[in-house]
Amino acid sequence: MTATIPAPRSSSSRPRKVNWEKWGWLYMRISGVLLLVLVFGHLFVNLVAGDGVHAIDFAFVAGKWADPFWVVWDTLMLWLALIHGANGMRTLTNDYARGRLRKVLLGAILVSTIVLILLGSLVIFTFDPCIGAAQGGDLAQFCTAKG
Amino acid sequence: MAESAVLEGASAPADEAPIESFTVTLIIRRFDSEFDDEPRWVDYDVELFATDRILDALHKIKWEQDGSLSFRRSCAHGVCGSDAMRINGRNRLACKTLIKDLDISKPIYVEAIKGLPLEKDLIVDMEPFFASYREVQPFLQASGKPEKERIQSVAQRERFDDTTKCILCAACTSSCPVFWTDGQYFGPAAIVNAHRFIFDSRDEAAQVRLDILNDKEGVWRCRTTFNCSEACPRGIEVTKAIAEVKAAVLRGKPDVPKSDLVSA
Ligand code: SF4
Ligand code: FES
Repeated sequence: MTATIPAPRSSSSRPRKVNWEKWGWLYMRISGVLLLVLVFGHLFVNLVAGDGVHAIDFAFVAGKWADPFWVVWDTLMLWLALIHGANGMRTLTNDYARGRLRKVLLGAILVSTIVLILLGSLVIFTFDPCIGAAQGGDLAQFCTAKG
Repeated sequence: MAESAVLEGASAPADEAPIESFTVTLIIRRFDSEFDDEPRWVDYDVELFATDRILDALHKIKWEQDGSLSFRRSCAHGVCGSDAMRINGRNRLACKTLIKDLDISKPIYVEAIKGLPLEKDLIVDMEPFFASYREVQPFLQASGKPEKERIQSVAQRERFDDTTKCILCAACTSSCPVFWTDGQYFGPAAIVNAHRFIFDSRDEAAQVRLDILNDKEGVWRCRTTFNCSEACPRGIEVTKAIAEVKAAVLRGKPDVPKSDLVSA
């Protein structure tokens, strides 16, 4: 008589589900490469090119965001960097915190990341260069000229 | 040789150059659950030659000074993998660590490997280590019964050659900071031994193993710290093997060389 022994842990018995750890790992590599370009590009344009750091004022920011290129650049940088950082903090927390403390820390990381991303996006997309122009702001002339 | 070490052996015959021996201080982290609540560091002074190994020093202590000192060893030649321990803060095999490679002007610290439950002195409970080793199904799984042997090309054999060298000493796993803090992580040794079969062209269960290693924690817990590669007494490129397993999980299959053999 021969007995058939089912193969141990045969793949059919394990439903394939999304492994977030895998995608998280992949996200870190891809966003890392992109951020290298985005962050150093950002630093160069803001701090080195032209007048360097002295050029930064309200008008400088307004000028940059008048160009959709920089809007996309900054939005990408904001989202990628915050999620990249938050995921890094999450792995660290999983490494070193246990039980309740871990839950609290993970919750804090999640909430602060969402708040920061939303705030940042809000600023980028609702930015009004003419804010305070009536009171004689930086761009008062430009704005009144525009109407 | 370190100048500050004590020189001995002046009484050797005059015609032969005397072999220098040194008094070396070893500080060993002792623990006996019957008497100690906490492990404690104990000093031993031992007469050793430059060509002696830490294992010889431990033998001398056990045989001549304190018979209660406990440690594992079997082959004494780097084959069996039973005497991995932390020597001056680095995971090494006691039988492969020569005195001449250490700075004997200072005491040498010897303690059990970390991350596994301490049983006594230099002995840890290896069960969690072997449990994760068993998890990855470290045995050939092939269907069909060939006439003579399962043929493999040179390139195919070469593909997983590095990871066949593992002696399961646990030096890598117990040097891994993720393993120290997370009991769920498989640890480098288990992944090395999974790699051994995942990349073997004769094996048919690569998919199952990749699934196991893609489990929630799985292979993604690795932080590429390189502690494991540094610790491995067999010189296995452990971190590289782990990276190859990660790539295989992402791709969905391992990149095993195609057979270049002409089937007769
Ligand atoms: S990979 Fe190297 S360090 Fe790890 S168990 Fe095998 S032989 Fe020991
Ligand atoms: S005693 Fe066997 S490896 Fe050291």
